[in-house]
Amino acid sequence: MKQAREPFQFVSAFYLVVVGLESAHTLREFGKQLTTVSRDSIFCHTFHSLATHHYTSYSNDFAQWAMAACNENELAEQLGAIDVRQFVELDDLRSALVHTVDNHLRASPGSGDRPAFEPFFFSETREVALPMPMRASNLAELAEGIRHMSLLSLHYHFVNSRLRLHLRTNDFSHWIAQELELPELAAQVNRVDFYTNTLPEVREGILSYINPWISR
Amino acid sequence: MSIQAAPVQSSVRPLNDYASIVGQPEIDALWMLARSLPNRTVKMVNSTAVGGGVAEILNRVIPLFQEVGLATQWDVITGGEAFFSVTKAFHNALHGMAYEDRPEWFDIFLATNEENRKRMNFDESFIVIHDPQPLPLVYSREGRRNHWLWRCHIDLSQPNERIWNFLRPFVEKFDASFISSAAFTHPLAIPQFLVAPTIDPLADKNRDLEPEFIQSVVEKFGIDRNRPIVTQVSRFDRLKDPLGVIQAYKLVKRYNDCQLVLAGGGATDDPEGSVVFAEVQEAAAGDKDIFLLNLPPWSHLEINALQRASTIVVQKSLREGFGLTVTEALWKRKPVVASAVGGILRQVLHKVTGMLVHSVEGCAYQIRYLLSNPQLAKRLGEAAHDHVKENFLITHTLKNYLVVFLLLERNPRLSGM
Repeated sequence: MKQAREPFQFVSAFYLVVVGLESAHTLREFGKQLTTVSRDSIFCHTFHSLATHHYTSYSNDFAQWAMAACNENELAEQLGAIDVRQFVELDDLRSALVHTVDNHLRASPGSGDRPAFEPFFFSETREVALPMPMRASNLAELAEGIRHMSLLSLHYHFVNSRLRLHLRTNDFSHWIAQELELPELAAQVNRVDFYTNTLPEVREGILSYINPWISR
Repeated sequence: MSIQAAPVQSSVRPLNDYASIVGQPEIDALWMLARSLPNRTVKMVNSTAVGGGVAEILNRVIPLFQEVGLATQWDVITGGEAFFSVTKAFHNALHGMAYEDRPEWFDIFLATNEENRKRMNFDESFIVIHDPQPLPLVYSREGRRNHWLWRCHIDLSQPNERIWNFLRPFVEKFDASFISSAAFTHPLAIPQFLVAPTIDPLADKNRDLEPEFIQSVVEKFGIDRNRPIVTQVSRFDRLKDPLGVIQAYKLVKRYNDCQLVLAGGGATDDPEGSVVFAEVQEAAAGDKDIFLLNLPPWSHLEINALQRASTIVVQKSLREGFGLTVTEALWKRKPVVASAVGGILRQVLHKVTGMLVHSVEGCAYQIRYLLSNPQLAKRLGEAAHDHVKENFLITHTLKNYLVVFLLLERNPRLSGM
């Protein structure tokens, strides 16, 4: 089994959400604040919310609010369709969100000032990331680590990693491609869909690709 | 007057036992987090050792703190009847209810806290003050290098301004606060972390029960399991709207031959309980299908059995910090009809994990709807159980405290946004 030059360092990640002081009571307020809130806030309501939204219609908080609090279903679908996998910079993601809201307000100006059923509270995420004692030097060890990591750590390595790497990939795929020189497997792992699967299902999906390669 | 050291339950299961519910990786992560805080100590302070959700959470979580290596002391402030009448009035006012201003109340509040403060020490690494009653204890942080956290369990969405303006300077002396809903935020100089209260799935209140035991409890109270049972478990408190529940039940009763169980008790810091119970007795008089169960605070197994025997669980609160009884019912896969207020909105996702209502009429309608659609009720219950498992179990409380402790140590000037 191929051994990596640099081992994979597993990280255990934990998060708390800090509620901000900015809140939007209408879609117009929301659109305006979206241009000025912190990058951490954009992260919190898009990347971070992917870890927790298994029971709501949309995995990003903006889309969910547009639907549930503003009854703007078309906008909700458009916001929900913005795929964080396409972004490695939060400012680019913010631009896409702002553009979508602006377009909606232009097409439907009456929707902008209607009071929302409940306000949107912009929040931020605070992260604690601790290196775990385990490291992986080959595929078998990587699979073992993935099997035994918490779901938030999986989210850290598989979803949030895009912003850290500034690449359209995740920590596992990046390491598999760079250290084990297995680009085909790296691409397969990167295709596991964290939108349509829960995190336990994502874990199983990743392992289902890695396991056959271990015995090769 | 003396400070009470609260009696922490010894029956809490070891942390590793929770792996059977949340998975071993989540437990391993907690141990790792705790190892980052060696030799730290914690003091928890609240105003009652018995009754209510706060005491219940502390009873369960403190043994877990101890187990992972954080020596933890739980102190309960003491005060006379006048003090607890004041704190109850403040509590209601902070929930936006009617408040009759009495200037002497502020003096009583401050004097009692000062008496408690003088008798207490605050040498621990982390001090966690629960709810508004002991807020002025924060004066003791002066000259100390430890970290202070305010855990607010109540609904602060529409507080009486006079009371909030009186309390806010105390709050701003803390390093950070925990709130249960984003709607409870206020302009403060400290960060306000969004943290949900939780239940212990292995506690007597929530663990699986033998069907025979459930049947014996129901029989003991004379409840008929062959007819639908609608239950609200709550303290007898106006904010829980027990009279509204009876009104809703009477509307349902026109169409469905059901029974109503109102089960609850009091808390030592709530002097209104007996008055409200008397009002509820009067409203229920003459209806043999209404069961008013004023249970002692150690009735966890009975409450568990009543929830499990219920066809529908109601929580028709007028205000609600979070509503742990909702969490308990959701965990037991019960269809829940609950008011769209406070922290309940985080738990009951309308038509996904339960039904949200805004009135007596709405409550009655959703009860009838679920009684007529048992398959839907079952689907809601299943989703509800998973929602609690992901978000509202005691392992999350342990994790949230450990994370905030680490954040405070790494960056004591944690700024708000």
